[in-house]
Amino acid sequence: MELSGAKIFVESLKAEGVDTIFGYPGGAVLFLYDELDKAAADIDHILVRHEQAAIHAAEGYAKSTNKVGVAIVTSGPGATNAVTGIADAHLDSVPLVVFTGQVPRALIGNDAFQEVDIIGITRPCVKHNFLVKSLEDLAPTIKKAFYIASTGRPGPVLIDIPKDITDGKEKCEFEYPEEVNIRSYNPNNKGNPRQIRLAADALLEAKTPILYTGGGVILSGASSELTELARMLNYPVTNTLMGLGAFPASDPQFVGMLGMHGTYEANMAMHKSDLVVAIGSRFDDRVTGNIEKFCPNAKIIHVDIDPASISKNVMVDIPIVGDVKQVLADLIDELKKRNEKPDKEANTEWWNTINEWRKTDCLRYDQGEELITAQYVIDKLWQLTHGDAFVCSDVGQHQMWAAQYYRFDKPNRWINSGGLGTMGFGLPSAMGVQLAHPDETVACITGDGSIQMCIQELATCLQYQLPLNIISLNNGYLGMVRQWQEFFYQKRYAMSYMDSLPDFVKLAEAYGHVGLQIKNPADVEGALKEAIDNKQRLYFLDFITNPEENVYPMIPAGAGQNEMILV
Amino acid sequence: MENESGALSRVVGLFSARGYNIESLSVAPTDDDSLSRLTLVTSGSEQIIEQIIKQLNKLIEIVKVSDLSDFKYIEREMMLLKVEAKHTDAITSIKQVADIFRGKIIDLSNKTFTIEVSGQGEKLDAFLEAMQDQIIIEVVRSGCIGIARGSNSLKI
Ligand SMILES: Cc1cc2nc3c(=O)[nH]c(=O)nc-3n(C[C@H](O)[C@H](O)[C@H](O)COP(=O)(O)OP(=O)(O)OC[C@H]3O[C@@H](n4cnc5c(N)ncnc54)[C@H](O)[C@@H]3O)c2cc1C
Ligand SMILES: Cc1ncc(C[n+]2csc(CCOP(=O)(O)OP(=O)(O)O)c2C)c(N)n1
Repeated sequence: MELSGAKIFVESLKAEGVDTIFGYPGGAVLFLYDELDKAAADIDHILVRHEQAAIHAAEGYAKSTNKVGVAIVTSGPGATNAVTGIADAHLDSVPLVVFTGQVPRALIGNDAFQEVDIIGITRPCVKHNFLVKSLEDLAPTIKKAFYIASTGRPGPVLIDIPKDITDGKEKCEFEYPEEVNIRSYNPNNKGNPRQIRLAADALLEAKTPILYTGGGVILSGASSELTELARMLNYPVTNTLMGLGAFPASDPQFVGMLGMHGTYEANMAMHKSDLVVAIGSRFDDRVTGNIEKFCPNAKIIHVDIDPASISKNVMVDIPIVGDVKQVLADLIDELKKRNEKPDKEANTEWWNTINEWRKTDCLRYDQGEELITAQYVIDKLWQLTHGDAFVCSDVGQHQMWAAQYYRFDKPNRWINSGGLGTMGFGLPSAMGVQLAHPDETVACITGDGSIQMCIQELATCLQYQLPLNIISLNNGYLGMVRQWQEFFYQKRYAMSYMDSLPDFVKLAEAYGHVGLQIKNPADVEGALKEAIDNKQRLYFLDFITNPEENVYPMIPAGAGQNEMILV
Repeated sequence: MENESGALSRVVGLFSARGYNIESLSVAPTDDDSLSRLTLVTSGSEQIIEQIIKQLNKLIEIVKVSDLSDFKYIEREMMLLKVEAKHTDAITSIKQVADIFRGKIIDLSNKTFTIEVSGQGEKLDAFLEAMQDQIIIEVVRSGCIGIARGSNSLKI
């Protein structure tokens, strides 16, 4: 059947199984919206209040489901507003397909009304982007985009569609392609057997090994393989910020997050290890600290689907290019075939050393009777939700406390912005998560600075009845900035004080939600409970917390992993 | 790489975004209409070159990457040079220098000569140096192209 471009767009989305699309309309996408509206029975369109939020919501949807997140925005300002979100998804390898409207083909390059070269603007922050040049190309391009976004190292793909392709004046035969073949793009999922054997040798020989696992384990859906491997060897596991939940935090083999705000035991174990097994993690500078001092005695195995991640920052001894899930399954098989077992005595000794480090109890905090401490709020949230909630976070100190004190036992439950560190990510991403999981408890942990970057989304939450639990750890400061200024700028708090804060309770109420301010430590639990138990209303809990609290431990810039500030 | 608009800007954008330098660049279609070939000269430590190759391979429109310096290879560049003789008796000297470098005079006016020379970059540098006694009006260089010697080839 011959269809218009707009109809092909909708039919292609259906063929991809898209059930939710986040967006904001405008001139260049009106034909698409016209058709989307008619397809409302199959595809829910969620109207956000700012295009950045459409992308973050799609990220929340994607990160919590491992499906492709989809968004649509108009040309010009709609497209440029989306750029922050797209860059965020690029750095955190989030599979997205983003549609942008474009001016009609005949006007491209003429500085037409609401024209921007969004292909040029986003080129450095997408996995790939396409300008659709003819109606015939539309369906195959959408097919390719979903394929590229979701395979290999996932990432955002943008499709720019000129308005005249969608206007229906021209029609074309529609058949959604069954497969894609891109000659220059063939991600390699299976690890090289020789490398896997070498890795097995190294694992069996190691005396003080550690598994350093990251977001790639979650993206690959490989938590069970990771857990099996770790238990089989009884080796310690540390997660990056992006990998939290990939290995159960309640498991005794888990030594906590590593890196700048990681635990003492995780960082010391890295520093003293003789074998680092990096699995779907990318040696980010927040993890390695000073690269010259990084893991001085360790051999390094690195499993990653993206060859460019390997030996980028740190030279690797045994690279394995492949999908974590497959590589770990092969590695487990290989180890089962061997007769050798890891050296038991060395293993006991290694655990003794680690347990000594654990005694520093680097995450202890004191909840006094006066001021609420942020750590206590998160700890309580964890208890009350039995570690089973979806927790979305903004960026700053509160993000680090959430990572440290909410002990994730399951993957895809910790949703945050790690690579770009985008303030404003929290609330819209939580909307995406709640829409994907309508019956689950979703919390958004935020700060008084971050929440104001996408606060308008409270309206979206009302429209779609999203009963989020917004947990604002209000310290009256851009806390993370203030902490750096305290440590490294002799307490000169330039512009880090959030003056003229709004009354968040009234603000929440103005948007039609429940707002509560909590000042007294004794009221923390009750407020959290009330919010969590109410499955109908969004609660904005404004916790007034200790303004000068710092995140510890901390590896200062330029220091090695063994040079942590403890308290 | 795919012979598509935009492919070249991805390559150039990658180099500027990651701080790699481009010493020379040349692109043209090949015998296969769907492909164009890009030859780029860059420099860096072994680790940087490895990253450049990996990053190039990540670009969807790049079909194949090969580091010619892994092979024995032939390198060529073409230069078009417009010079004006300083005095009338310098004309013979221009012709002689052109001959030595196997250059061809491809155009003339009452004042100027246009000479075509090709070879490796250093040869072209040397030729330019030898012409310094004259008045150099214009220099156009094509950028370097290269191909592996023997049966090694970059073929899809
Ligand atoms: C304020 C702030 C503080 C921070 N502090 C810390 C900190 O203390 N500690 C910390 O760890 N981080 C911290 N970060 C986050 C940090 O910036 C990085 O985002 C993070 O360390 C990267 O995590 P990752 O290595 O797991 O890689 P990701 O960004 O999750 O990348 C995933 C890797 O896995 C690979 N991959 C993807 N899919 C697959 C697959 N199927 N198979 C195989 N491989 C795959 C990818 O190619 C990539 O290399 C902080 C961020 C902020 C904003
Ligand atoms: C969009 C954006 N702008 C600036 C920053 C730099 N930045 C990082 S953390 C931070 C402070 C965050 O303050 P708040 O949200 O109140 O959280 P807190 O650190 O107090 O918990 C700032 C400004 C950023 N990460 N993102």
